[in-house]
Amino acid sequence: MHLGNVLFAPDHPSCDTEMIVGIPKESYTTENSSGNCGIEKRVAASPQSVQKLIKLGYDVVVETGAGELANFPDDAFENAGAKIASADSVWTGSDIVLKVRPPVDSEYSQMQSGSTLVSFVWPAQNECLVSDLEKSGINALAMDCVPRISRAQKLDALSSMANIAGYRAVIEAANEFGSFFTGQITAAGKVPPAKVLVIGAGVAGLAAIGAANGLGAIVRAFDTRPSVKDQVKSMGAEFLELDFEEDGEGSGGYAKTMSKEFIEAEMALFAEQAKEVDIIITTALIPGKPAPKLITAEMVRSMKPGSVIVDLAAEQGGNCELTEPYQRVVKHGVTILGYTDFPSRLPTQSSNLYANNLVNLLADMTPEKDGKLEFDLDDEVVRGCVVTYGGETLWPPPPKENSAPAPKTESQEKVAAVEAPKPGMDAKTRSLITLGAAILVGGAMLLLGLFLPPDFIQHFTVFILACFVGWQVVWNVNPALHTPLMSVTNAISGIIIIGALMQIISTNWFVMLLAAVAVLIASINIAGGFWVTQRMLGMFRKD
Amino acid sequence: MISGLANMAYVIAAICFIFSLGGLSQHETARRGNIFGIVGMALAVVATLLTLGSFLFSGMELGGSLKVVASVFLLFLSLAVGSAIGIFLAIRVEMTAMPQLVAILHSFVGLAAVFVGFNSHLDGQHQHMTAGVEQLLGSFGASLDQVKEIAKDAHIDLDDRGDDKLGSLKNLSSFNSRTLIHKVEIFLGVFIGAVTFTGSVIAWGKLQGVIGSKPMMIPGRHWINLGALLFCCLLGIIFLVIDSTGWSMVPLIFCTLIAFAVGAHLVMAIGGADMPVVVSMLNSYSGWAAAATGFMLSNDLLIVVGALVGSSGAILSYIMCHAMNRSFISVILGGFGVESGTVAQTGNGEPLTYSETSNADTAESLLNAREVIIVPGYGMAVAQAQNPVREITEILKERGIQCRFAIHPVAGRLPGHMNVLLAEAKVPYDVVLEMDEINEDFPNTDVVLVIGANDIVNPGALDDPSSPIYQMPVLHAWEATEVVILKRSMATGYSGIDNPLFYKENSRMLFGDAKSSIDGVLTEMRQRI
Repeated sequence: MHLGNVLFAPDHPSCDTEMIVGIPKESYTTENSSGNCGIEKRVAASPQSVQKLIKLGYDVVVETGAGELANFPDDAFENAGAKIASADSVWTGSDIVLKVRPPVDSEYSQMQSGSTLVSFVWPAQNECLVSDLEKSGINALAMDCVPRISRAQKLDALSSMANIAGYRAVIEAANEFGSFFTGQITAAGKVPPAKVLVIGAGVAGLAAIGAANGLGAIVRAFDTRPSVKDQVKSMGAEFLELDFEEDGEGSGGYAKTMSKEFIEAEMALFAEQAKEVDIIITTALIPGKPAPKLITAEMVRSMKPGSVIVDLAAEQGGNCELTEPYQRVVKHGVTILGYTDFPSRLPTQSSNLYANNLVNLLADMTPEKDGKLEFDLDDEVVRGCVVTYGGETLWPPPPKENSAPAPKTESQEKVAAVEAPKPGMDAKTRSLITLGAAILVGGAMLLLGLFLPPDFIQHFTVFILACFVGWQVVWNVNPALHTPLMSVTNAISGIIIIGALMQIISTNWFVMLLAAVAVLIASINIAGGFWVTQRMLGMFRKD
Repeated sequence: MISGLANMAYVIAAICFIFSLGGLSQHETARRGNIFGIVGMALAVVATLLTLGSFLFSGMELGGSLKVVASVFLLFLSLAVGSAIGIFLAIRVEMTAMPQLVAILHSFVGLAAVFVGFNSHLDGQHQHMTAGVEQLLGSFGASLDQVKEIAKDAHIDLDDRGDDKLGSLKNLSSFNSRTLIHKVEIFLGVFIGAVTFTGSVIAWGKLQGVIGSKPMMIPGRHWINLGALLFCCLLGIIFLVIDSTGWSMVPLIFCTLIAFAVGAHLVMAIGGADMPVVVSMLNSYSGWAAAATGFMLSNDLLIVVGALVGSSGAILSYIMCHAMNRSFISVILGGFGVESGTVAQTGNGEPLTYSETSNADTAESLLNAREVIIVPGYGMAVAQAQNPVREITEILKERGIQCRFAIHPVAGRLPGHMNVLLAEAKVPYDVVLEMDEINEDFPNTDVVLVIGANDIVNPGALDDPSSPIYQMPVLHAWEATEVVILKRSMATGYSGIDNPLFYKENSRMLFGDAKSSIDGVLTEMRQRI
């Protein structure tokens, strides 16, 4: 524990009672008139998430019709325990507002100072919004700023949305594409399978690979990070590789900008692929930079007419030169989709997952489950998400110092050092040792043979041979029958009874009694062992 | 003539026992194998009784008819009572309690070996008269007639002078070494028997829960064991040197007591999760005890059976150790499970988080799956959850979902324990697969249900060189699309190691008692179909 470990409780009048969580209806609509990029259909809660919020101790208020487009009717929220209210009362009366898109000024201006907003904020792009939130004293948590660490995966809304976008991209492409995805042999003729190229194997790319593979297409994928090769393969795609040594792995699992030579080689690969494939789905993004232009106009021209390009990077400028954000355009006979609302096109699923992300964040910030939100700014996850707090802009978070891994590597080295001598004893040395031991044992046995009486040697022969027979026979035993094997060996080791039987006719009373006890316990073994084995074996049955 | 008949019967019995073990190689022949065992045992016992009868009726002097009647009465009484107890135990035992039963049965063999050893020592030459006297003396090169004469002489006088007579008759030095060997055999037989006895009793106590399953660590325990062993050797030498039967009992009894202590101490130091190894080891010991008894009684059947059982137990121990990637020595020396477990951390040193799931969600994912694998562990046995588990598999099967079981060799407390439990719950054995058979199928599996198992699905065994179970073969449950882990809490397993599986992205924890969780999942499943 270091100094500065401070727990902040929001400075708000309703602090000592349960906090109210408000879910407003999304107001976002795009301005263009093409009709494809219409309204935001997602909502920041689902009936299940409302139940979980109530379990965390919060009161939940949902705006009338908030979930309608995501197929969550008002009464479903009511049944889950939420109150339904008007937009105004949600915005003014909530301590915490959960939202999908960044709010517009007519919305957040109604929020009270000291209340909390959780939504996508995109602080880098929306400086205006951030400064307004700071001025109004609103505590803003940005779901797009969740740090990429394993503990925060369950809050990672970008991943859950990217997953949906990747799936939907394939569906949209299939919708535009004039043929089957899967190859077929029909009476009317042969249908070749569609060829899909996925560029960028992040969450969205992998989801797209999975979906396209599921539809039966031949899928190829490219990524600058060789480390994703196995994931790509496991999703069912072929991983395209360059004859070029450079790792594109940047910080936090994202890609970084590559060298000029690399990009040239990459572009040559894309140009070659473009002539061949029917569908290209691009998902290449570099954090904090415009999307790299990977598909040139020339490549689009070289594609077969009727091909489809889905550009998931459209919002950041697009990976294709001819992409027009928010639009569906046809250039050189190729349909290019620049939609930016893929998650919203699967509103039920995306609302569900996003609502879960929100609940997981609130659960982390409500350790007592008493409906009180706590801002632990020493918590890396909370610190990463907080954009404004207590009238101050806290974004961007300070870079994290990486001190912890050091001892771990040290201990690993230690382990490696301990392990090291092991491989030194190679097969040759080992077989020599075995040979030496065998010669020693053999010699010792021969030597003993000089002194031991012949009858002992005879029994010894029987003993050794029986050991080998046992060894051979028992190795064949099915592992599933090891318990019956133990009980049956239990029973037959009761053979010791014949020794005891012989002794029972002794002239010595003590010996006779001892022998009787031995007979008794050995017969427990025999009867019990065989009986229980039979009982067990009777239970094994085949279907 | 009778002894020739008996010896032949023994040969047939030995063959029967070999067939008996051979039959267990497959489910189809397993029951036949058991029948072979029973036939072999019946043959051996009946042949022995016939031999005894022939001795009694041939007018051997046994010290008066009262003793004859008493011994015959005792014999049949012991046989009847022992068999009755055995059958009672076998009928009553719960399949979850099989490890205890096996352990206690081992202890009986050990104790019987101790008694027979004592008797063999006290009774001097007697067994040579009864079991295979011709064969024994024949090996000295005497003709059959001579032998009969010698035998007649010998049982007039059963003390050491009888031995001397025999000795002077034949090669004296060879005879002395034979007495020596005989004493060594007795000593070894008693020692192994005694260690087996208390070791098995302690193992029984630990399995039954009478004794805590935590390893008991006395400081310097290896030295104590070594000291005890050396002291026993010393006692052994004294035992060999002392000529008088009575006085040499003293070191023998002392040694027995020390062996009792050593056996108890050895097993006390071994933790609950290592019990499969301990029980198989004791299985092996009971075999060696029987073999040692065979040597002291010069009975080849006992030797054969002892060797069969001993090597069977040794193989099982080997398999168990191999499945835990631990050397036999390290298991026997005990003390596993007390090292402080590694705390789960990411590379950055922060604590990991896990996701919880509910009965309803688990039911949903099971019903939506195409391939399900269930990984049972000791927790399932403890919670007695095998019956509802079978009902789940039946529902899945009816809906065309393939559902199989993956059994790790050390799952449970006895080799093959899980198979028996599932068989008892009427799970057909063809869907119960061994680790090597099923490990490659996990990537194509939609849902893996881990019930009360921990270390056997620990991915740290493969990729974390600092893990205490590094390189232990494990079930690759994490390769499936979704893993649902039924567990009481986030506490570590028997080995005290944290399991990175719980923190994987595709893992879901279902907390609670395995039985009630499975029942809950079953109810939810029924509501959905």
